[in-house]
Amino acid sequence: MNDLPSFVISTLQATVRAGTPLLFAVLGTIFTERSGVMNLGLEGLMLVGAIGGFMASYNTSSLVAAVLVAMLAGAVLGLIHAFFTVTLKINQIVSGLAITMLGTGISGLWGKDYIGVIARRFNPIKIPLLSDIPYIGRIFFEHDMLVYISFVLVPVMWFVIYKTRAGMTLRAVGESPDAADAKGINVFAVRYLFTILGASITAIGGAYLSLAYNSMWIENMTAGRGWIAIALVLFATWDPFKALIGAYLFGGITALGLRLQAIGAHISPDFLKMLPYLLTIAVLFFTSTDALKRKVGAPASLGVPYSREERT
Amino acid sequence: MEDFPVLEMKHISKSFPGVMANDDISLQLKKGEVHALLGENGAGKTTLMNILFGIYHADRGEVFINNGKVSITSPSHALKYGIGMVQQHFTLVPSFTVAENVVLGLKDFGFVIKTKTVESKIKELSEAYGLPVNPRARVWTLSVGERQRIEILKLLYTGAGIIILDEPTAVLTPQESDMLFKAIRKLVSEGSSVIFISHKLDEVLAISDRITVLRGGKVVGTVEREKIDRRGLVRMMVGRDVLLDQEKPVVETGRAILKIENLNVKNDKDLMSVRDLSLEIRSGEILGIAGVAGNGQRELAEAIYGLRKKVSGRIELDGHELRQGNVAERIRAGLSFIPQDRKTMATCPNLSVMSNLFMKNSICELVHCSPWKLDGRRMHSKADELIGEFSISTPSAKTEVRYLSGGNLQKVVLARELSNEPKVIIAEHPTRGLDIGAMEFVYKSLLSQKERGAAILLLAGELYEIFRLSDRVAVIYEGQIMGYTPPDPSYIEEIGFMMAGARQEDH
Repeated sequence: MNDLPSFVISTLQATVRAGTPLLFAVLGTIFTERSGVMNLGLEGLMLVGAIGGFMASYNTSSLVAAVLVAMLAGAVLGLIHAFFTVTLKINQIVSGLAITMLGTGISGLWGKDYIGVIARRFNPIKIPLLSDIPYIGRIFFEHDMLVYISFVLVPVMWFVIYKTRAGMTLRAVGESPDAADAKGINVFAVRYLFTILGASITAIGGAYLSLAYNSMWIENMTAGRGWIAIALVLFATWDPFKALIGAYLFGGITALGLRLQAIGAHISPDFLKMLPYLLTIAVLFFTSTDALKRKVGAPASLGVPYSREERT
Repeated sequence: MEDFPVLEMKHISKSFPGVMANDDISLQLKKGEVHALLGENGAGKTTLMNILFGIYHADRGEVFINNGKVSITSPSHALKYGIGMVQQHFTLVPSFTVAENVVLGLKDFGFVIKTKTVESKIKELSEAYGLPVNPRARVWTLSVGERQRIEILKLLYTGAGIIILDEPTAVLTPQESDMLFKAIRKLVSEGSSVIFISHKLDEVLAISDRITVLRGGKVVGTVEREKIDRRGLVRMMVGRDVLLDQEKPVVETGRAILKIENLNVKNDKDLMSVRDLSLEIRSGEILGIAGVAGNGQRELAEAIYGLRKKVSGRIELDGHELRQGNVAERIRAGLSFIPQDRKTMATCPNLSVMSNLFMKNSICELVHCSPWKLDGRRMHSKADELIGEFSISTPSAKTEVRYLSGGNLQKVVLARELSNEPKVIIAEHPTRGLDIGAMEFVYKSLLSQKERGAAILLLAGELYEIFRLSDRVAVIYEGQIMGYTPPDPSYIEEIGFMMAGARQEDH
């Protein structure tokens, strides 16, 4: 075991890197959808996060500012989505698709002047002690700050959702908004809050691409990750820990594809690019049948606008 | 008990499109009393309470709590004033535990919820009031009765002083009802006030101190429990303005066309709502079913028409047993259905008059065209013919039916359901919401079908209508036929007793 090939370790390390943008996107969307608002605009949210973060980093050289601007950009799109779906009660699927297109367009427009330039980026930080653990240390603890934030975010979100009053309110609003309303909870405010919060977390996933993974701005650099993340939310049954597993599973496929290409394996690169999407379809297939059987996980009122007078 | 009004509603009015749900209603609730709101479905009880609970906003009127004027705009607002309501549709989160449901939305907990203390407090309350429930159970695993107890515990937990119970016994077994009544008595003995909504006379007489009867959105009167008996309440509920003003055609009845034997049907809540019901209707006969709404009428009609599965029993049409759930078979066999819900069940609002007229699968026989291709011209001319025959007032056969008035819409339904000479007609509230002219048209149409020899099952809320049309009156209560009377207003008290659950041979 001591001479575990460095190929495996480096692939697993790359897995974490490739999985992180997905993880942020899925975690953010779990918040949003737990409140009963379906958001299909992940691709757009990630793109505005990517360009917003990159612009801020280029202009201020501050990575903190970069992440905050990325979150703000996501929050603005989240606010638009909340206004459309919660206040105007527009079909959530249509609004989500519009957010994707809006985000793609805005990021392309803003990004015109940033193609090919270099901005300050996140560099790997070895965590003392932890990074000395054999194998594990190299796989998990030689990454940049955003990866570590995602590590922390998973248990924190789990705790918030399942163990706190805020999380209970969130779940109640997503499950039975009329029950929440009858207990004096402001359903609209909760849905606004978590749609915006979720969108800004999703946008960090985009910022990770432009500030760490690729370290540059490329138009449409999310390359479908937003769509994969949508499937992963279902795969994770709205649970942060399962989101971690799902994100790394997909990250692993991406990383493996790149490694295999690098060592010159005779596998068509097109086939490897296709793999995540095949797995998406498989995930959707299995979660749908499973979910049908057990009827657990999905917030019962997901995708249903809430309106008090229509209730009776 | 003090005579202190904890709550007063004054001159409350609320209208929905086309209906005056509450018309100048005033109500006073004393401290420590059980005040029953009695009335048929649609009398406006629930609307009134939804106004009090902040779900609806009244068009006019004022609410006073402890003699101070208040304006309640949301359920959370109502809870602040100590008003709690157990609605007919429970507001519980199914995936949460009992304790989680109770503390949901309460601010007196920190960031992290400690369910231990909540659970023990729920235990205490449930023991004190005799409302047993396991605080750790997930709500979706619990029975309807248990869910109702959670709703009440929720209110007790927050210390609500005015408790509204909307048809609380509708979903309960008799034992659970007893349990509930004991809890209510304990509550009022401790100074809470309870508004008890019901349409069941016995319950109301058993539990309340005062009774307010509503009819058609108006207050008929408020009486003390001691000063009224069942007979008086029946009179108040049903009203005395039952008149007969036209002769029925005399038709010789033939053989039994519709035969039902020991039919059992469940309702949407999975409770048995038609129980061992048997009846028979002959050709040329109209059987009117009287009863308070919600006693199995709808389920009976739907089961006969095949829209609802029967649990057991036999339905025979002209000697042939009808198979489970097969509507097409019934239509071919000559069964017609006039549902009470004109806009959602009887018609497609966005389709034209013509399309609605030919929606049934008897379409081909009606216009003599191939089953594979619709002959637009023939359909159009037949539609025009039907529009004339049933005097449907519509700009054209191509007008979408959502533009028609209620009366004309019902005429479209009648034209479709009656023009292929059905053997059996089920008419469910055929004149609900119609004006007098349209009502008379419906009556004439049904009576002429009777003359033709059809067997008609009439389910109606208005006794007037039943007397006006039927040859026999059957009274239904909790899915069973309590007895039969001739269609004569002199039997109205007997009918009222049976509507309240007394068997015919009881007196």
